[in-house]
Amino acid sequence: MGLLAFGDTGWGDELFFATLMTIAVAGAAIFIGFFLAAIFASFKLSKIKILNWIGSFYTTVFRGVPELLVIYLFFFGGSGAVMYVAKIFGYDGYIEVNAFITGAFSIGIISGAYSTEVFRGAVQSINKGQFEASEVLGFKKKIYYYKVIIPQMLRLALPNISNVWQITLKDTSLISVTGLVEIMRMSYIAAGSTRDPLFFYSFAAVLYLFLTFLSMKLFNKLEQHYSKGY
Amino acid sequence: MDLDFISEHFPRLLKATKLTIELTSLSLLFGIFVGVFFAILRVSENKILFFISYYYSYIFRGTPLLVQIFIIYFGLGQVEWIRESFLWIFLKEPYSCAILAFTLNTGAYSSEIFRSAFETINKGILEAAEGLGLNKIHTFFKIKLPIAIRQSLPAYGNEMILMLKGTSLASTVTLLDLTGVAKHIISTTFRPVEVFIVAGSIYLIMTFIIHNLIKFLEKKFGYQ
Repeated sequence: MGLLAFGDTGWGDELFFATLMTIAVAGAAIFIGFFLAAIFASFKLSKIKILNWIGSFYTTVFRGVPELLVIYLFFFGGSGAVMYVAKIFGYDGYIEVNAFITGAFSIGIISGAYSTEVFRGAVQSINKGQFEASEVLGFKKKIYYYKVIIPQMLRLALPNISNVWQITLKDTSLISVTGLVEIMRMSYIAAGSTRDPLFFYSFAAVLYLFLTFLSMKLFNKLEQHYSKGY
Repeated sequence: MDLDFISEHFPRLLKATKLTIELTSLSLLFGIFVGVFFAILRVSENKILFFISYYYSYIFRGTPLLVQIFIIYFGLGQVEWIRESFLWIFLKEPYSCAILAFTLNTGAYSSEIFRSAFETINKGILEAAEGLGLNKIHTFFKIKLPIAIRQSLPAYGNEMILMLKGTSLASTVTLLDLTGVAKHIISTTFRPVEVFIVAGSIYLIMTFIIHNLIKFLEKKFGYQ
């Protein structure tokens, strides 16, 4: 266990901060995903055909292409794209996009494709009578959304959001190929310098199991909270 | 879009697709056996067998596939008795390590799919089989299995697509599958967009084929 000591002699503190990095990237990614999902789910639910197509195109591509390929696209193409945009605004220098942003965006876009389907399904499963009832009660549209639709949608979507979160958390391990020091990258470094890959990769597996276990517990709590009325 | 660039590199990508298909189909084939095996353990009344199956699927579904490949490819070689045993012939090759990791991974997910398929079989059907005097083996092969296959098809179709995408991780252990070759072309030519479009389209075509295959099978095994 000396290998896991905190401080200069072991890899404990390094792995601890790497775990925080994994949580941070996964958190950023899922929020980027929610943001995209809100847009694309409304596209998919809209009555305009072109928007439907755009929504379907997004979910089909990013759920059908391997995560690693998407990461390579952003890793190698990210700087180029940002510089291209910057050039339009008159900036000519070299811009490097940092590994955290690349990772959060590539995983976020994939996560968003899954969330889009979750949001769409949840909205579609809300009873139409609810809308008529709130109209009769004279609710404004804003109150109708915040007090009637979203609480019900959350309850229905939570188990699936929990799934998406687990997928996103595990997908962050792939960002290690870009050099961002999260759990996998740190284990790779530690395994290389101590020549003990079995120990460090198994420990990485334990860390991931711990994270997925913890999030499962948390989501169960949330599900209980949101189904109080049922 | 540079068509000359695409047509120059397209044959290499297409050749790499062969390895991707090979990895996917072999892992799925072995994975079905692993999955059925652990699903049977899972529904057994023996507590120990239940726990083995439960924790197997819990561990493989709770950790990233990348960790699993790395433990098998980089980690197992460290254990002396494995290096000295006949297993080393397989475990020193990245190809068989990748297939082992994919098989165990898809086996864990499919065991859950098959288990829930077995559990949703209507009790009345089994009672009817008993009433008709069918023995256990007949009931399993003629009644339980066909119903379970039908039940698990939609979820298993998703798992096939996830596995197809999962084989892209073979590129992390030096194999040149579709993603591996795509990465190599990107990093030597710095044309990520074109390569992404071509390689991504090949993946989407394969996804589309799997999707339709499952649809066809669902119709074939349907109740109508």
